[in-house]
Amino acid sequence: MHALEKILAAHAGVDKVTTGEIVNCNIDVAGINDLYPQAMYSFREIGGINVANPDKVVIFLDHYAPASTIRQAENQKQFRQFAREQGIEGLMDVGEGVCHQILADKGYSAPGRLIVVTDSHTTTHGAFGAFSTGAGATDIACILKTGKLWFRVPEIIKINLEGELPPGVYAKDVILKVIGELGADYAIYRGVEFAGSLIPKLSISERMALCNMTTEMGAKAAYIHPDSVTLDFLKEKNITGYTIYETDPDFVYHAEHTFDVSDMKPQIAAPFSVDNVHDISEYIGTPINQAFLGTCTGGRLEDIEVAARILKGKKINPGTRMLVVPASKKTLQDAIDKGYMQTLIEAGCTFVTPGCAACLGTHQGLIAEGESCITSSSRNFPGRMGHNKGMIYLASPAAVAASALTGVITDPTPYLRDNIE
Amino acid sequence: MVERKIKGRMHVFGDNIDTDQIYPGQYLDVTDHEEMARHCLEGASTEFSKEFVNGDIVVAGKNFGCGSSRENAAIALKVRGVGCVVARSFARIFYRNAINLGLPLIVCPEIDKIAQKGAELLIDMDSRTATNLSTGETAAIEPISDYAMKILNAGGIKPLMRGESK
Repeated sequence: MHALEKILAAHAGVDKVTTGEIVNCNIDVAGINDLYPQAMYSFREIGGINVANPDKVVIFLDHYAPASTIRQAENQKQFRQFAREQGIEGLMDVGEGVCHQILADKGYSAPGRLIVVTDSHTTTHGAFGAFSTGAGATDIACILKTGKLWFRVPEIIKINLEGELPPGVYAKDVILKVIGELGADYAIYRGVEFAGSLIPKLSISERMALCNMTTEMGAKAAYIHPDSVTLDFLKEKNITGYTIYETDPDFVYHAEHTFDVSDMKPQIAAPFSVDNVHDISEYIGTPINQAFLGTCTGGRLEDIEVAARILKGKKINPGTRMLVVPASKKTLQDAIDKGYMQTLIEAGCTFVTPGCAACLGTHQGLIAEGESCITSSSRNFPGRMGHNKGMIYLASPAAVAASALTGVITDPTPYLRDNIE
Repeated sequence: MVERKIKGRMHVFGDNIDTDQIYPGQYLDVTDHEEMARHCLEGASTEFSKEFVNGDIVVAGKNFGCGSSRENAAIALKVRGVGCVVARSFARIFYRNAINLGLPLIVCPEIDKIAQKGAELLIDMDSRTATNLSTGETAAIEPISDYAMKILNAGGIKPLMRGESK
């Protein structure tokens, strides 16, 4: 069995599972986002009275942080009341940040855990060796009622990443390249494991970016086998009570792909599909109205750090606005402590409350018809960040910062060299 | 029980119709299902809402429902009265959401060969075929898995969880 299968088996209370089998699993962490009061409604519609395991439920007021309409405020109010009534202590209110970063910051993400959140990017926690997946509101309601959810045991694809990242190329570029090559529907219903000589060199932050974006190739779950980087992270956070599962040597993957990253170039996903991926060189010079640095994909401390390095002592282009949204309160505090916030404010950036912000096109930085935005987030669908004819380009945080500086899509590589002290 | 034969006029869409196009983000704070239904597929087509008649079928290419986990997308299609969605493939969270609501999703890998805007499509789950009734052309459909069919036949996951059956 694969480690992901062993996680499902352990949570279903069985010794063995096979691909395609339906298993009913106990859930370790069930997360609900403020977009989905439907989870509470469905809970009641299926006869729910008391939540099965309130200590395993986390509510995130992150997509509308803070509320910009009365309806959003009403929905959040209902969540606060639900948390009180049900004894759910894990209420992550406005300002705490995006659910996935909170789960990592606060020690919910750990090897061997089974994590389900009403957010599609829940694949992120594969970075820690967890089985984590997104679900709809009514599926979460079933977990609220029973503590369990059914899964089809997925086929697993292995993606080997070999070599060293050249300067200017990041995990975000790698995953864009992978999605561009394999397609936005390649991994539907499947698990995706990342392995290869690059992985031990990647930080937790970069691993999270890789696993996060597997959602954009349709994956059900992502997986990186825990190693010394993972263990150091767990130790630093004082996280215990986890299990590392080993994939059996005779496990047969559904498919295997190898990418050599050593001569990879910075990448960009052009409108309107995440698999419309090109070397950034093909788009250099495209005017940019908004640069967006943030989200569960690209708003971590390292992402803000690289932007600060590029923009230190400089001013962003007067024709471009740059939004910086730290992924969580902890990220914000760390960025303040390290002076990155000061640097970015002096460079002309605008700050937004930790949370999902403009990524989902509801508030805090929408784009107008015909405007272009380069973003460290995950989606460039039509209308995703505002007007249906707004153009969204997905790239690395470094490319976002370099493009804000010049006002046009820019390869970040030379700007990094300038700042090496 | 879910109908074994579903017939309706086709509304045809392309590949990668994401849930933002099915249900744009700006309406995510709506909680009333009828209001949600009014925005069904608004991000993908300005014609759909004008031309749609109850029971019509949504036809699409690969990866229908990709992107956000928003159940609102499946609710909007279901409450709008879509008979079923037929696509070359479906994204997984959307798939679960739709089945949970009792909305049949039909995987038809070659639907693009018989898709025709405005023509009637007949889905026959017993003969496992999709037929364009204007041209008589058919394409094979994949069977719905036993577990998903159990949910559909119960009228969705809610009646199933309540221990009811239809």
